[in-house]
Amino acid sequence: MARFIVRRLAAMIGVLFAVSVIVFVVFMVLPKQNPAQTLAGKNATPVLVKSIEAEWGFDDSLVVQYGTMMKKIFTGELTSYKPRIPVDNQIKEGIPATFSLTIGAAIIWLFFGLLLGYLSAIRAGGWLDRILTGVSIAGISIPVFLLAPVLLYFLTYKLEIFPNAQYVDFSEDPYEWARHLILPWFTLALLSIGFYSRVLRSNMLDVMNEDYVRTARAKGLSEREVMTRHVLRNSLIPVITLFGLDFGATIAGTAIITEVLFSLDGIGLYAAEAVRKFELPPIMGVALYGAFFVVFVNALVDIAYAYLDPRVRLGESSSE
Amino acid sequence: MAAPLWANHVAGTGPNEEHTVDTVTVDGEEKDVVTPEGKPIGPQLFGAGGKFFLGADSRLGRDEMVRLMYGGRTSLQIGITAALIATILAVVLALLAGYFRGWVDGLIARTLDVIWSLPVFLIGLSLGIALAVGGLKLGPLEISSGSNWNPIFVISLFTVPYIARPIRGQVLALSEKEFVEAAVAQGAGPLRVMFGEILPNLASTIIVFFTLMIANSMLFEAGLSFLGAGVQPPNSSWGTMITVGVELLNIQPLLAILPGLMIMLTVLSLNIVGDALRDALDPRGKARMDAALEFEAHGGVAAGSQQQAATI
Repeated sequence: MARFIVRRLAAMIGVLFAVSVIVFVVFMVLPKQNPAQTLAGKNATPVLVKSIEAEWGFDDSLVVQYGTMMKKIFTGELTSYKPRIPVDNQIKEGIPATFSLTIGAAIIWLFFGLLLGYLSAIRAGGWLDRILTGVSIAGISIPVFLLAPVLLYFLTYKLEIFPNAQYVDFSEDPYEWARHLILPWFTLALLSIGFYSRVLRSNMLDVMNEDYVRTARAKGLSEREVMTRHVLRNSLIPVITLFGLDFGATIAGTAIITEVLFSLDGIGLYAAEAVRKFELPPIMGVALYGAFFVVFVNALVDIAYAYLDPRVRLGESSSE
Repeated sequence: MAAPLWANHVAGTGPNEEHTVDTVTVDGEEKDVVTPEGKPIGPQLFGAGGKFFLGADSRLGRDEMVRLMYGGRTSLQIGITAALIATILAVVLALLAGYFRGWVDGLIARTLDVIWSLPVFLIGLSLGIALAVGGLKLGPLEISSGSNWNPIFVISLFTVPYIARPIRGQVLALSEKEFVEAAVAQGAGPLRVMFGEILPNLASTIIVFFTLMIANSMLFEAGLSFLGAGVQPPNSSWGTMITVGVELLNIQPLLAILPGLMIMLTVLSLNIVGDALRDALDPRGKARMDAALEFEAHGGVAAGSQQQAATI
């Protein structure tokens, strides 16, 4: 186990290094236009461009520039171009909203996804299964771009059941906090509800054919006990792994779009505003910190999975 | 495809005349409207119905129906081109890795693994915005900053692993088969074996993945464009149209909902076609099916967990 953890952490550091190099290359090497030129604006004089180059160190060699970027990231000195606001403060301020959104949505999608998947598996082939299959396929197919405007328009503007999202801090007013987050939670969760129920259903149907399930039935266990204690339990392992990975990916993906659609004051909205203003350092900061977080979560999930399932630990040497 | 025809019908012009002006009467006032990328003049936000069918968009008063059709063209073009590039790259890489094995495989497989474990959307967003600001210069490849090739480049770059990994697995299995041995014994070189013997056997998988990949790329594009890192104005795509529409949601909900609906219908149709192709061409392949379902579901926007799906 210890060997596995060490190996996994070493791999994690490798990926983190790769992430930082990729982000650096993306912002400093690939663009045709000199970053100082971008910063100075379209009609800047060459002198101004030179001075900006010197000030931000764009004229150093690439290796030195990479070193400076990493130093700034770790010491929290990364600032946006204009006005010069420290990026890490802004990110810290966004954390409560982002995590309220993603954790809440994750609980919802896990609960409903598993419930629907379970119901549809134990009634496989029946009418309930067909309805639920239809519902989850519809859920998978609706992009957040469509769901959010529809919900906002009908429930917020027309019927005025829910407030226009915005984020209210939990410590201020828990009730308002939840009321403001219900639509974003649901929007973010729907896709995964559909997907998780499909995955659980197909896992359970596979497990039902296993010998030990027949044994359990032969022992005289009630159908309910067979389903929950044997079938469901064994079908959950892959779902849980999937969940750990999806959670990280959601924070760095769909959550950004959801925050923008519902104007929730989180990290995603901060990044999106930076995109709109063509401010590179905040995007660089969000990309790097976000990537670190996701890679870290992935490593933790792998370790937890290896702890639960010895086959992973031992079979790790194969690349598949 | 029908966009020029429609533009011609409403405004009497072809697709390339950008500043097409027409007049329309709203509340007794004569106002000017403009087609796809024209100058901003004219009645703002008049509703659906009549000759212009869906009314006009935001502050600029451009014809919504015409923009929807041109936007769809952009979205489809980007989706198909990106999927094509990603598929070709992935197949070549997978063939090289699976056939030569050894350090070639090590290098390619590791690189794909790293891309796979990145938060793809976040990095794609960064690359998209960096390119939108500064353009791209990579050796002989040069793209100007407003070009639609920027999102295509970003999308195809980050979606390669989703196709390359499963195909590499298949190449590994296929190159053990007798017919490959027979070809080698006949004196066929590596190129001939890879492209003449192994490639035809991959055809069904490639077709299925390509279809699903178009849907995936379109969602990726919509996400990038929605956040301003994809298609740049004055070009429009369904993603950028949603950005504009969301701001006006309580006045003109259709401006945000229609492009979203278009994305959904297109993606859904592509997924259904992909599923049907999979059933028809590849009745086995359970693991690949799960992997495909997973990336369909996450539309590239929240990718990262696919390696687990393959092991389910």
